[in-house]
Amino acid sequence: MPKLNQDSLQKIDFTLNGVAETGTAEPRMLLSDFLRNVMGVTGCHVGCEHGVCGACTVQIDGKAQRSCLTLAVQVAGRKVDTVESLAGRENPLTDLQQAFKTHHGLQCGYCTPGILMSTSEFLDRNPNPTEEEVRDMLSGHLCRCTGYAGIVNAIMATIEERQGKAAAE
Amino acid sequence: MNEVYKPEKFVGKPIERVEDEALLRGVARYADDYPARLDTRHAAILRSPHAHAEIVSIDVSEALAQPGVVCVITGDDLLEYVDPFLNIVKAPMKLWPLAVERVRYVGEAVVLVVAMDRYIAEDAVDLIQVEYKLLKPAVKPEFAASEEAPVIHTECDSNVLSDREFTYGDPDKAFEECDQKVEIEIDFPRSSITPMENFVVMADYHPAENVYDVLSNFQGPFTVHPVMCRALRVKNTGLRLRTPANTGGGFGIKVAIFPYIVLMAIASRIAGKPVKWVEDRLEHLSSATAAPNRIVKIEAAAMKDGKVTAFRLDQLDDYGAFLRAPMPGPLYRMHGVTTGSYEIPNLYVRNRLVMTNKSPSGMVRGFGGPQMYFGIERVMHRVAIELGLDPLDVIEKNLISANAFPYHAAAGGVFDSGNYQAVVALAKKEGKLKELMERRDKARAEGKLYGIGYTAVTEPTHSNMGYITTILTKEERAKRSPTMGTNSNATVSVDPFGGVSCSTEVPPMGQGHATLMAQIVAEQLGLQPTEISCNMELDTQKDKWSIAAGNYSARFTSGPAVAVQMAAKMMRQKLAEIAAPNLNIPVEEVEFGNNLIFARDNPDNFLKFYRVAGTAHWSPASLPDGMAGGLSESAVWTPRELTAPDEQDRINTSLVYGFNFDFCGVEIDRDTGEVKIDHYVTAHDAGTILNPLIAHGQILGSYSHGVSEALYEEFVYGDDGSFKSGTFADYLVPSATEVPEPMVLHVETPSPLTPLGAKGLADGNCMSTPVCIANAVSDALDNIKDIQLPLFPSRVSELIHGDEPPPPERLSQAAEETPAKTSSGKSSAITGTGQSMVPADPQTVWDTLLDPIKLAVVIPGCHGLDEVAENDYRAEITLGAGPVRGKFLAHVKLSDLNEPKSVTLAGGLDGPLGSSQGEGRVRLEAVEGGTQVSYEYSVEISGKVAAVGSRLIEGGARVVVNQFFSRLIKQIETPGSVTAGEAGTPSLFQRILQWLGIN
Ligand code: FES
Ligand code: FES
Repeated sequence: MPKLNQDSLQKIDFTLNGVAETGTAEPRMLLSDFLRNVMGVTGCHVGCEHGVCGACTVQIDGKAQRSCLTLAVQVAGRKVDTVESLAGRENPLTDLQQAFKTHHGLQCGYCTPGILMSTSEFLDRNPNPTEEEVRDMLSGHLCRCTGYAGIVNAIMATIEERQGKAAAE
Repeated sequence: MNEVYKPEKFVGKPIERVEDEALLRGVARYADDYPARLDTRHAAILRSPHAHAEIVSIDVSEALAQPGVVCVITGDDLLEYVDPFLNIVKAPMKLWPLAVERVRYVGEAVVLVVAMDRYIAEDAVDLIQVEYKLLKPAVKPEFAASEEAPVIHTECDSNVLSDREFTYGDPDKAFEECDQKVEIEIDFPRSSITPMENFVVMADYHPAENVYDVLSNFQGPFTVHPVMCRALRVKNTGLRLRTPANTGGGFGIKVAIFPYIVLMAIASRIAGKPVKWVEDRLEHLSSATAAPNRIVKIEAAAMKDGKVTAFRLDQLDDYGAFLRAPMPGPLYRMHGVTTGSYEIPNLYVRNRLVMTNKSPSGMVRGFGGPQMYFGIERVMHRVAIELGLDPLDVIEKNLISANAFPYHAAAGGVFDSGNYQAVVALAKKEGKLKELMERRDKARAEGKLYGIGYTAVTEPTHSNMGYITTILTKEERAKRSPTMGTNSNATVSVDPFGGVSCSTEVPPMGQGHATLMAQIVAEQLGLQPTEISCNMELDTQKDKWSIAAGNYSARFTSGPAVAVQMAAKMMRQKLAEIAAPNLNIPVEEVEFGNNLIFARDNPDNFLKFYRVAGTAHWSPASLPDGMAGGLSESAVWTPRELTAPDEQDRINTSLVYGFNFDFCGVEIDRDTGEVKIDHYVTAHDAGTILNPLIAHGQILGSYSHGVSEALYEEFVYGDDGSFKSGTFADYLVPSATEVPEPMVLHVETPSPLTPLGAKGLADGNCMSTPVCIANAVSDALDNIKDIQLPLFPSRVSELIHGDEPPPPERLSQAAEETPAKTSSGKSSAITGTGQSMVPADPQTVWDTLLDPIKLAVVIPGCHGLDEVAENDYRAEITLGAGPVRGKFLAHVKLSDLNEPKSVTLAGGLDGPLGSSQGEGRVRLEAVEGGTQVSYEYSVEISGKVAAVGSRLIEGGARVVVNQFFSRLIKQIETPGSVTAGEAGTPSLFQRILQWLGIN
């Protein structure tokens, strides 16, 4: 990476939720602040800014990452997906999102975007995990409202439904 | 449509939430997501690193000179605009939005910087120099309440602001006549629920109207609104407070935003611009709020058969450094329920509230219940053990019997309804208690540590505003106008095209209130819940709200939801009256369903809902005589049962009283001390359940808070008041792997006091679960008496194995360091001893140490020493690494000089990253080849660094000391080889930063 001048604004060209976008940021700006305050993508939530709570999780080149531990300049030329990308603006909710609704996997919803971003990537990699593995994956996220049971049930139901569909095909 | 029409019911159904769609798409709007005006400026706060100190001076010049800084505001700057916040006991303490003259807890706001953006504001905060003069802190409540303690608010006579005694029935006689007196002491820890979203305030002062316009994720109670207005010197109309459509959890914590609302309001006035502030997590953990820690001595008078005839409680509740409205709620809102779920006619209570040098206490889910029930349910457990009875038998023997309702509890609670026995029976049966006992037998036979715990909890919901006046004597109460009861407001409107909207006075914190409102309204008007638009934003300038408004005490289902139903029924009545003449039927026969309004007995005779609605708007002149035009119905629900405390200090603290009975089985790992919840059953009677999906979620959330109170969460303070839990790595919040799912059961005994029959259920498990787990742990460990929460593995290990043996001595290091301990645990002092060989005679070493110029070179990161008095030095020191470094002001005093043999150094560092105070003794001894320098030191660290990295500080301190000596040796060996001003301790800061993920 080239050495950046700390006061100069950097132009960042990247793909945000499938669309080519450009924004500017100082080299020290966090990706979470950049997404929220420069790009206006407020589905990326900030809960701790020290990498523990997982609320700020987004996908960078398809991998779930903490946007509060990433600098905005690091995503230049890369692909960033936030929760807004899952169903798109006007499409129906994805099966995972719908399961969260059915199983009451959210209350205040503040932790939810991060959890959805981790989970959707996790299930792509690992379509048939055990509940223990799911809980393990979720341990990178803090939720203060639900006690996690609704979240776990929603994810397990999604897995089951996908399995059922796969078997039927 | 000829078959008999059955109106569609939504209330009581597990309807999916109407809120979820926006939340799941990431388009829901939280406070920080609201658009800010283009000229909005951003604030950051400098906070106190000390628990108790006088502010000697504040130098903001360097901060103010930074490009992009708009203004820098100190406590003194505020005095022109604000009055101190009022408190209920009229204690003369002065609570300002920024510290004035003194700081009283680590994290107290001292200076506010307003700048073009948050990054600039935070940079400027680091450039502010504050000089403090340390005062002795009072950290532990027992000490703070004692004569020896320093008085935290000099305007008050002592730290105990209120000390009241209450007697109901004849407890003395009951204790005299009892077979067994059972007592227990508890020390309930300090914790909170840390919503995932922090505080947000956006303020804009409008000079033309003298109105402060504020958007904040404040949760109420709105009794605090007038407190803010008084501070701002305006009438209630002068503070327009708006709350957002969504908030990321509240749990009571978000009432504590109010001093920041006032602060940002004034900042906006001073800056002449809108000002926005978003709290960060360290600020939240150190300074937002905590449930009060409480010391309770509780005694039970018991008969041989397990019947308890009296309780005596002595409660000392710790409110931290300031009494902030609506404190001391936790001590009094449970007052009417102080005998728990039991028929105990005699009661003595002493309540003291004490101030300490910790962050101010406040509302936290359960609000006094966890503390109170921990004492009651532990003592009930002890009654069984000491009488040789089964703990569950003792609970059952004392439970209020089903035919005793409405039950008048000793201290005044009037429990509206319930069938506690049915709940216990259901839990035993469905929760498989018998099997659990067999499981315990089996586990024990295998040598495992396994225990079962029980708890019964009556959950008061929908607080009576008058409860807080129980803290006043009846004479004091007589002098003021009485406070009692509550109002709840709701409005239902129908637009010209039949669109229905509903609003009420509860900022949403995630509990699904909009769904419940939609269910209630849709059912009344024959529509679908998804068709009801519920805007949950609240605007005190335009919406209907009451002083009791807000999201607290699980009041929604028995308060605002009732008002919603009343308004919906009024709307239904009005629409029926409009429709009836057109349908040619009496009003009583009008029915609603399928977006139609029709004749109950002849559904083919119908009108479209929107047409009837349209009539009221498009042709008001055609409305029946005397009917007002338009369609907007507002209702106020005022239950009459909530009266003021009576002459005997009896108070019906809440409107309705839910109940839950829990039991659990835990297994304790003998080697690690880890407590594993094996089986947990919680059975509730919350009256009518409005939405089982939501009710279930509330119970699960509450239970998970209970688990974390029992096993993980605690705000840890050092003896010097330093704060140790500043990150989510220090303050442990359980994740999905630590919270097993409980079995949740329901009995429904509708409350006769509210039209919906619902009672609250969202707080019960915060009260029951911690003590249920504690009782199970006691059962697993031979009925051990003293159980201190949280039950960390190390603590439980101690219960199993006795005190931890001292760690094996460390292998000698370069300086043969032997750290005596400790940065964890309660004491914050880092102590150490060590030795170094310096290849010079003692006099040379002495001369270097005593020469300010030479010493300056040797101290890591020092930019020169000023001798301000004999043997008294000031210095500026830079410590840090990478992008974060901190400037510190150091002061060092030398004493006990015994040339060239020994000297004592005392002093400290002060800077934006934190502070330290220390003392060291250095001895020089001539040995072969030079001087043996031996030293011992003790350093106390507080502030940001202590809060975020106390676990790492010990090593860091050693690094500094080692560096000092290696530089000293180098300097003496080759004078000039050491360069002054080199930043020290890279490894410490590097480590903190790396671990914080910043570097
Ligand atoms: S905000 Fe990024 S992990 Fe908490
Ligand atoms: S739903 Fe509120 S934090 Fe998870």
